[in-house]
Amino acid sequence: MALVLTDEQELLKDTAREFVQERSPVTRLRALRDEQDETGFGRDLWKEMGELGWTGILLPEEVGGSDLGYAELGVLLEELGRTLVPEPFLSTVVLGAGAISLAGSDAQKAALLPGIASGERVMALALQERGRFAPYDVSTKAEATGSGFRVTGEKRFVLDGHVADDLLVVARTSGSAGERDGLTLFLVDPASDSVRVTRTIMVDSRNAARVQLDGVEIDAAQVVGQVDRAADVLDPLLDRATIALSAELFGTLSEAYERTLEYLKTREQFGVKIGTFQALKHRAANLFCEVELCKSIVMEALRAIDEGRPNVAQLASAAKARVSDTAALVGCDAAQIFAGIGMTDEEEIGFFLKRARAAEITFGDAATRPTTGTASRRSPATERSPTPGPRERRLRRPRRESAAAGRVPG
Amino acid sequence: MGDLDAFRAETREWLEENCPESMRLPMKSEDEAVWGGRDAVYANPDSKAWLDRMGAQGWTTPTWPAEYGGGGLSKEEARVLAEELRRIQARPALTSFGISMLGPVLLEYGTEEQKQEHIPKIVRGEIRWCQGYSEPGSGSDLASLQTKAELDGDEYLVNGSKIWTSYADQADWIFCLVRTERDASKHDGISFLLFDMALPGVTISPIKLISGSSPFCQTFFTDVRVPAQNLIGKRGGGWTIAKALLQHERSMIAGMGSGIGSGGGRARSMPDIAKDYVGRDGGSDGDRIGDPTIRDRVAQQELDALCFALTTRRSLDSAKAGQGPGHGASMFKLYGTELNKRRCELMMSILGADALGWEGEGFNDYELATTRQWLRSKGNSIEGGTSEVQLNVIAKRVLGLPD
Ligand SMILES: Cc1cc2nc3c(=O)[nH]c(=O)nc-3n(C[C@H](O)[C@H](O)[C@H](O)COP(=O)(O)OP(=O)(O)OC[C@H]3O[C@@H](n4cnc5c(N)ncnc54)[C@H](O)[C@@H]3O)c2cc1C
Repeated sequence: MALVLTDEQELLKDTAREFVQERSPVTRLRALRDEQDETGFGRDLWKEMGELGWTGILLPEEVGGSDLGYAELGVLLEELGRTLVPEPFLSTVVLGAGAISLAGSDAQKAALLPGIASGERVMALALQERGRFAPYDVSTKAEATGSGFRVTGEKRFVLDGHVADDLLVVARTSGSAGERDGLTLFLVDPASDSVRVTRTIMVDSRNAARVQLDGVEIDAAQVVGQVDRAADVLDPLLDRATIALSAELFGTLSEAYERTLEYLKTREQFGVKIGTFQALKHRAANLFCEVELCKSIVMEALRAIDEGRPNVAQLASAAKARVSDTAALVGCDAAQIFAGIGMTDEEEIGFFLKRARAAEITFGDAATRPTTGTASRRSPATERSPTPGPRERRLRRPRRESAAAGRVPG
Repeated sequence: MGDLDAFRAETREWLEENCPESMRLPMKSEDEAVWGGRDAVYANPDSKAWLDRMGAQGWTTPTWPAEYGGGGLSKEEARVLAEELRRIQARPALTSFGISMLGPVLLEYGTEEQKQEHIPKIVRGEIRWCQGYSEPGSGSDLASLQTKAELDGDEYLVNGSKIWTSYADQADWIFCLVRTERDASKHDGISFLLFDMALPGVTISPIKLISGSSPFCQTFFTDVRVPAQNLIGKRGGGWTIAKALLQHERSMIAGMGSGIGSGGGRARSMPDIAKDYVGRDGGSDGDRIGDPTIRDRVAQQELDALCFALTTRRSLDSAKAGQGPGHGASMFKLYGTELNKRRCELMMSILGADALGWEGEGFNDYELATTRQWLRSKGNSIEGGTSEVQLNVIAKRVLGLPD
């Protein structure tokens, strides 16, 4: 696929930009933070995003989805990243729906996917246990019982965990922390006894939770995919999520970069615009180069998923590492160029600095990515291979009827 | 040497008796630092006792002249005192802009009365000072400042506004740059004025920082009447004093980057923290940082910090008595603050998602402080003149490169 947007993707970009600027500018995130909103996002807006076909962007029509690809999701996430939209895309659309699509049973798909496509359901992946990102570093235990499993452990940094209707918990059915084999994916009802979900307040004002599982009884039917083989699902899932996050972070850093450029053209010192100073000119020109490079790797990585290419894992690491480094650079330069005013909470650039750093660290930053061993993974391809070629555009058409038709009660 | 040994023994004994145990423990957060002042609140009474005892000795300002309440120590004695304080891991008894900025220029440019009035109160932490330099339109181009002071009888009438005034809401007095000469050139029209923030016409509104706390303020002056004798140095000669003060400020900021724990107690080293958070692996001694990328970055950081500390020491060793920091301060300010920003970025990478908390459950105090410190460190290369301004000073004043 060419590294340019199609007309339809351009249209999606414009629609998305207009929508988020109107409905969720940075002031909205600030308000959610300052009012200490209990959920940190908007169920209503989520529903609207469902109606626009966004929450089901990757899902097939049968469940009410738009049946588009990662290239389109990337376009959307980039725009959401520009205004720091806190809706649970990564957790629900990419990780939750992604895991179920990859490995879920027909019953699980029927139960969960329509609700995601319609913007009614929120899911969260409970994987990480320590600050350092290492996907197999799982100690949470799942012991076999007569009818299923008993899960005990503690999960942290569960994105959108406090508002999830369903949790996908990665637990160890055999082996020990760090081993690739022996992990199993479970669907857990956060409302069940012996599950305690506590929201954690994060630096970027986005949403995450701590999930404590204190001997939760889980029916065998709640296993997603094969016992002991969750890594076969997690590997491609995390690669995709990493690429999706890179697209979002690219939007965030692009916006921060553009705002910085604008500031160089407006702020005056010594009787001239500060953009007159060569030291700052060169910095801006450097940033321009870095941002352009980021854009290419993000586009390429998104397309590689859609085309089912074998190098998705490498591209995921490459995109995340590159975008993280550039985000850090843009963050530092923006703070320095905005100077005094940039240090204030009132100026929005600080929100970008915070979100950029948090996104960098999520799923591993440039320092961790190359060492998570993605290259040595097997590729499972449990999902039907994506069909390339022209897609019908299904976005921004209210699909109430079709979504309702695809929904299965339960 | 004999005298110095005796001084060391006496100092050690005095500190043993006078430094409370709790003042030898690391500070949990910046909030525990003691800034003194009329309205100071001491959550821990030990910190008040520690301040009072050190202040009475003049050891909050070891080398300042004893006649104004300072310690009157020689450079060598001051070094011994610093070593002994470090040995017991004592917290600073007093952190103050009076000590790090105003005092040195008052000693240099103040009249006898001005010194008698202000220096002892700085030494004992009785008056807390803030710095009224920056204005909304005058940051890097400080000399373009507009706040004016007009002589009216034996008072100056001050009108205007300052911004980014750190801790103005908690300060008792301000040292303020004002324009007194309407017709003079940009630099020649500035005077250096001290006044009480409790005077009528002073209003202060706090500004929240990205790190969450609110030390920033905007400060407004409307017909504030300041006694004319509060002007330091020559009328219209304030720029020279302003620049001299900036050199002291820059030296102070350059040294700020030693991390959480530098306020007393033994700070844990970065390699140890890294081992805790990223794990360990074999290596030659069986105990090294587990992640090779982090290991390299920590090694680089430690190397830079070592060279920087040695350069600081070399500069102190070769400084002549009574000589201010000079333009060399720009180098230390530039390198020290950029180094600290890199350290904070690296700490974020080391802690990973543990560094992404803001408040409340799920993160320990150290982790939360690391996050806030990372954000606060972004200001280090801005306050006291930005890195770009330091680079310009070095290029022009130190290297003599053409304008
Ligand atoms: C944490 C903190 C505490 C502070 N405390 C105080 C205080 O107590 N009292 C006080 O008076 N002030 C204080 N300040 C203000 C500080 O001194 C100013 O922010 C600083 O001088 C920069 O001014 P500015 O913010 O207006 O940035 P600007 O001067 O507008 O600079 C914007 C950008 O342009 C760059 N730039 C400007 N001129 C040039 C040039 N000639 N060449 C190349 N680049 C250039 C700058 O480096 C910066 O990157 C504080 C600032 C911070 C961040």
